[in-house]
Amino acid sequence: MRYLLVEDNAELADGIVKRLAMDGHAIDHAATLAAAEDCLAVAHYDLILLDVMLPDGDGRDFLARSRAHLETPVIMLTARAQVSDRVGALDQGADDYITKPFDFLELEARCRAVLRRRGGLARNQIALGPAQFDPAAGTLEHDGQTIDLRNREIRLLEIFARHPGQILSKAQVMDHLFSYDAEVTENAIEVYVGRLRRRIDGMGFRIETVRGLGYRMDTDAP
Amino acid sequence: MIQTASIGQRLTLLLAGVAAALSVLSWGMVTSLAAQAAARTQDNVLAASATTIAETLRSEQGEVRLELPYAAFAMLGAISEDRVFYRVIAADEVLTGYDDLPAPATSEIGQVVFDTGQYRGAEIRMSSVTRLVLAGMERVAVTVSVAQTRDGVDAVTSDISRLAGLLSVAFFFVAVALSAIAARLSLRPLNLIAASVSRRGPSDLRPLLRAAPADLAPLLDALNRLMERLRLSIRRSEDFIAEAAHRVRTPLATVRTQAEIALRTVSDEAEKERLRRIIRAVDESARSAGQLLDHATVAYRVEDLARDRLDLSDLARQTAAALEPTAAMRDIQFTLDLTPAPIRGDAVLLDSAIRNVLDNAIKYSPEDTTVSLQIVLDAAQARLRVRDQGTGLGDGPMDVLTERFRRGGNVAGVVGSGLGLTIAAEVLRAHGGRLELENCENGSGACVSLVLPLV
Repeated sequence: MRYLLVEDNAELADGIVKRLAMDGHAIDHAATLAAAEDCLAVAHYDLILLDVMLPDGDGRDFLARSRAHLETPVIMLTARAQVSDRVGALDQGADDYITKPFDFLELEARCRAVLRRRGGLARNQIALGPAQFDPAAGTLEHDGQTIDLRNREIRLLEIFARHPGQILSKAQVMDHLFSYDAEVTENAIEVYVGRLRRRIDGMGFRIETVRGLGYRMDTDAP
Repeated sequence: MIQTASIGQRLTLLLAGVAAALSVLSWGMVTSLAAQAAARTQDNVLAASATTIAETLRSEQGEVRLELPYAAFAMLGAISEDRVFYRVIAADEVLTGYDDLPAPATSEIGQVVFDTGQYRGAEIRMSSVTRLVLAGMERVAVTVSVAQTRDGVDAVTSDISRLAGLLSVAFFFVAVALSAIAARLSLRPLNLIAASVSRRGPSDLRPLLRAAPADLAPLLDALNRLMERLRLSIRRSEDFIAEAAHRVRTPLATVRTQAEIALRTVSDEAEKERLRRIIRAVDESARSAGQLLDHATVAYRVEDLARDRLDLSDLARQTAAALEPTAAMRDIQFTLDLTPAPIRGDAVLLDSAIRNVLDNAIKYSPEDTTVSLQIVLDAAQARLRVRDQGTGLGDGPMDVLTERFRRGGNVAGVVGSGLGLTIAAEVLRAHGGRLELENCENGSGACVSLVLPLV
């Protein structure tokens, strides 16, 4: 996925860029609306993350101005918990908004929901044996059938899909799977892995338990 | 507000006072004119009578003679039933008539003079005329006096005065009625301005542009200036809240992001736990800051509540859609069973109330469960019932849960500020509704109802 981040706070922007890069996303940063327009003129983005308060204007006004010729989905970053702000953002043509500070898992979930609503603009499929996994859309295709995965299942499968053949510890899985605001035990991982195994049963790939180390995804030998 | 007498009443009273003064004045003038006219008529007749008698004087064999003409008295009888007295004096000797009539004022020959005096217990008016009559070789001055009592004149005067009085009273009442109408008509522009101000919605602070009489221009100007100040002050508090949120939450976002990055890069489990604690603390303070600011927004918005026509089912659907990704993070699903429910209110506030209730439901539900939203209507009210499959609200009293910063006794381990239900309850109260909290009848879970009056 290629993101454009429009955010004037350098520290925060730096963090968001680094954090999204960790998940394998490409991300450009613009500190002003003018810089954002320059970026949009030369590159194509899958999604724009737009701050509300920017030094050269209000993100919502920018959106209202450019919505007519801008097809890219937009998620507003707002500092206000206040509802009038949220409603305002959606009225101006934002696809969604997220309140600072945010959980990156939630940002990812919202991006996924927006892209799904927009009809899967970014098709980014990962082959898992004979099956095709689209993490952005949250779908798994096998044998001409498409199944919709639930949020946790998507994230869990994504972790394994991005590290095929590698052993992942329970702690590594946990960091990708859960928000930090909830107390989670490692037992919960086992529950989710168990559920995912049932969903992918017979699709030509498996999640193996590596005793004492963690899990590893393998595809069936052809 | 201290109410003094209304302008309309004052104006009516003032105009009525003027009318009363004018009525009394005109009554007095009519009465006095009538008295004068009656007196003048009597004088003219008396003069004519005396002159007529004087005309009949002649001398006969050196003596003054006269014949009292009937007409001279008949004309007096014509104006009233008053008693008539007369006397003719020739050369200081009473020739005929009442010799005790008062003496007339002296006058030139041929001139009619009038006197007013008392005679036989009544007031009389007397006219006298002196004529020279040639008796033999001498000229003798003969004075003819004719007098009449004044009862008739007084009666005529008081008749006219009474009539004038009645007319004045009638005039007064008509004047009062006209004053009331005039007062109302002249206050009409003021009432129109008042009506156009009160017809406005609470957030409509545009200046009034209605055409108004010049007298009202200062009032209208002052009103418009006041509205401008109010608009600025509301704008300032909104800006302040936005600015405060921005200042507080942007650095928190930076801290949280950096902590997440660190969490991905460190491998030591103890350090990871410390980072998780940092993230939890950041979430908690962000949430508290958000709810405090939300609470401030609610506090000033309920002061002057918008009353837009809304559909509770639309609001519930939109708010649920907005929170769906958050719920999906914990694999919680919303099930909606919504029927249209027309209500009146402030969409921003109601959204905030529903959001806080759903937020709570998501937070306190176990993973992979369902939160159901259902609208139930009865004759007068709509009830949006939000049920979760969590641990419920505990066994303590329910009403304390909506107090500020109060949290249930069974919420350890979940981030919360204790303001969510307070905000929801305040919003509903401002809309004439209420928040009902109970544990679900079928086993576990909380059941929170937002009750609102139907339109």
